[in-house]
Amino acid sequence: MYTQALNTSDADERSLEDAAQAARFQARIDAEERIEPNDWMPAAYRKTLTRQISQHAHSEIVGMLPEGNWITRAPTLRRKAALLAKVQDECGHGLYLYAAAETLGSSREELVDAMLAGKAKYSSIFNYPTLTWADIGVIGWLVDGAAIMNQIPLCRCSYGPYARAMIRVCKEESFHQRQGYEIMLTLARGSDEQKAMAQDALNRWWWPVLMMFGPPDQVSQHSDTSTKWKIKRFSNDELRQKFVDATVPQAQFLGLTIPDPGMKQDADGHWRYSEIDWTEFKQVLAGNGPCNRDRMAARRKAHNDGAWVREAAAAYAEKRRYRHAAQAAE
Amino acid sequence: MATPNTPLWEVFIRSRNGLAHKHVGSLHASDATMALQAARDIYTRRGEGLSIWVVPSSAITASDPADKGMMFEPAESKIYRHPTFYEVPEEVGHM
Amino acid sequence: MTVSNIQVSETPLVLYTLRRADDALVLGHRLSEWCGHAPILEEDMALANMGLDLLGQARELYSYAAKVEGRDNDEDKLAYLRDVRQYRNLLLLEQPNDDFARTMVRQLFYSAFADLYWRAMMKSSDQTLAAIAARSEKESAYHLRHSSEWIIRLGDGTEESHARAQAAVDHLWAFTGEMFAVDESEQALIHKGVAIDPATLRPLWLKTISDVLAEATLALPSSEWMQQGGRSGRHSEHLGHLLSELQYMQRSFPGLTW
Repeated sequence: MYTQALNTSDADERSLEDAAQAARFQARIDAEERIEPNDWMPAAYRKTLTRQISQHAHSEIVGMLPEGNWITRAPTLRRKAALLAKVQDECGHGLYLYAAAETLGSSREELVDAMLAGKAKYSSIFNYPTLTWADIGVIGWLVDGAAIMNQIPLCRCSYGPYARAMIRVCKEESFHQRQGYEIMLTLARGSDEQKAMAQDALNRWWWPVLMMFGPPDQVSQHSDTSTKWKIKRFSNDELRQKFVDATVPQAQFLGLTIPDPGMKQDADGHWRYSEIDWTEFKQVLAGNGPCNRDRMAARRKAHNDGAWVREAAAAYAEKRRYRHAAQAAE
Repeated sequence: MATPNTPLWEVFIRSRNGLAHKHVGSLHASDATMALQAARDIYTRRGEGLSIWVVPSSAITASDPADKGMMFEPAESKIYRHPTFYEVPEEVGHM
Repeated sequence: MTVSNIQVSETPLVLYTLRRADDALVLGHRLSEWCGHAPILEEDMALANMGLDLLGQARELYSYAAKVEGRDNDEDKLAYLRDVRQYRNLLLLEQPNDDFARTMVRQLFYSAFADLYWRAMMKSSDQTLAAIAARSEKESAYHLRHSSEWIIRLGDGTEESHARAQAAVDHLWAFTGEMFAVDESEQALIHKGVAIDPATLRPLWLKTISDVLAEATLALPSSEWMQQGGRSGRHSEHLGHLLSELQYMQRSFPGLTW
C-alpha cells in the first residue's frame, strides 16, 4: 500500500541494517522486483530516492515559472489554452512526485521547506529566462524532449511509487513535446523575423539543455549505487548522446542550425558534440544562473503570501471537527 | 511555521469501464470536501474518473510485507478454493 | 495595408455573443495569472482548470460571433485586435486578482450568476448558444461549488482570512449589478427567445450569495449603488493593462501565423 507512515512501531529496529537483509534486498532488485513503501530498504536507498524524487518534484514546480511567464502573452487563443494546460500538467506532475516522495517518510512540507531554504535542488535548466515566444517552442521541443529521455527509463525504476508516477507523467508528456515542436515548425515556416526568433532561442537554450543530463560519467557522484539499485538505468552521457542523435535531424527539418560548429557525425551515425563548458553549469548549480534568485523569490513569495490561506483552511477544518464532535455528543 | 502540516489523503478512482476503485496517488487537503475537489482537479483531467474516493492516509492499515508468508501462503496452498481445482464436464458449459 | 484595430459589425446577436466571449476571456486570463503563484499546489491546479474552462467558452463564443458577423474575422482577430473601447466584458471580471480572497469572491459572484445564466440559456432558440450553454453550465456549477467552499473557509477561518474576505466582498459588491442589466439590443433578442432576461435571475442569485456569505459568517453589503459601463466599452483602467499584455504579440508582429 501507499501509506505514508510505516504502520509498525518496529521501524527503528528495522533500520539496523543487517548483511542478510541487505543481500535479500539486492536479490529482489536484481530479480527486477518492485520495492514498495512498507518494504525493508537500506537507509541509503531511502535517502537517495527521497532526494531524487523530491528534486524531480521541485523541478516540475519551478518549471512552471519560465513557461508561465508567457501565458498572458501567448499570441493566439489556441496557444494560450495549450500553454496553460501544459503548465498545469507540470503542476500535476510535481504533485504526483511529492506524493511518491512522501511514501518514503518525509512530509511534503519538509521537502518544500528544504527547497525554499536553498538546501534541495531543482533542474538547472529552469534558471534560464524565457525572453521570446520562440523560447516556449524550444522548451517544449528540447527541455521536454530531454525530460522524456530521462523519464522513460524511470518507468522501470525499482521503487514502485516512483515508477508508477513516471508512467503517469510519461502518458501526459507526449503532448508537451509535440506542442513545442509545432510552435517551432510554425515559426520556421513564417516570416524572416520569426525564423530569426526561432534560431535565437535555439542558440540560447541548446547548451543548457545538454547540461540538463548532468556531468560527464566519470565525474558524476551518485551514479554507482543508483545503478546498482536500478534507480538509474542509463548513464548521463548515454542519455545525452541519445538525445542529441534524436534532435539533430529534427533541427535540420526545421532548417535551424545547432549552435555547435564543431559537431560532426561519426562512422556509426552518432552526432559527436563539442566539449561542454561545465563552468557555467557549476555556477548555475551554485545559485549564480540568470534566474536562480528570481525563481526562488517567486516560490518563496507564493509560499509566504499563501500562508494565511493555508491557516484559514486548517482553522476551518478544526472548527468543523469540533462542531461534529459536539453534535455527536448531544 | 505555526500551521500544522496539511493532512495527506489517498485517492481512489473508478473509471468509466472499471469495476473497482484503483489507487492513483495522494494529495494534501485540509478537509474531506476540499480533498474530493482536489482529487477531481488533479486525477481526472483526462476524463479518467467516474467515482472518486478520498481517504485520510492515517486511516489506512496496510499488511506488513514481512508477514507475506503468514498472511498469504496458506491461501495459496488451499487449492480447493480455486475454480481450476474442480473438473466440470464440458457438456455442462462454462462455469 | 495593415489596420491596427479591426472593426466589428455589432448587430444584436454579434454584440450579445461578443459580450459573453469577452467575459470568458477576461476572467480566464485573470485566473491564468495565478499559474505558478497560488497559495497551495492543489489550488494552482483548480485555478488553471477554471481558467481553461473559461478559455474554452471564450473560443467557442468568439468563433460563433465571427460566424454570425459573416465577415473575415475569427476568434483571434476578435480577441487580439480590438481595443479597450471595443471590449464588452463585465467590469467585475477585469478587476485585478489582488489576493486569494478577492479572486475567490470575484469567482463566487460571477459563477453564481453564470450557473443560472447558462442553465436558462440551454433553452435559447439559438441552437449554437443553447449547445454552448449546456457545456458551460456544468463548468459554472463546479466553479460555483469550488469558490463557495473557499469563501466559507476564508470567512469562517482565521481573523485575518475573515477580514480579507469581508474586504473583498465589500470591494466587489458594486460590480455585481451589471450582470443583471439589459439594454435595447438585448431586449430585442429576449423577445425572440434567443437571450434570456438576466434580471429574472437576480433573486435566486441573491439567495445563493446570501446563503454562502451567511455560512461564511460574512456580512452582505447593503449598498445599492452599482458600477456600469463594461457592456458598452467604458471600462476601468485595469482593462487597458490587461489587453496590452494579452495582445502584445499580435500588436508587435502584425499579420503573422503563430
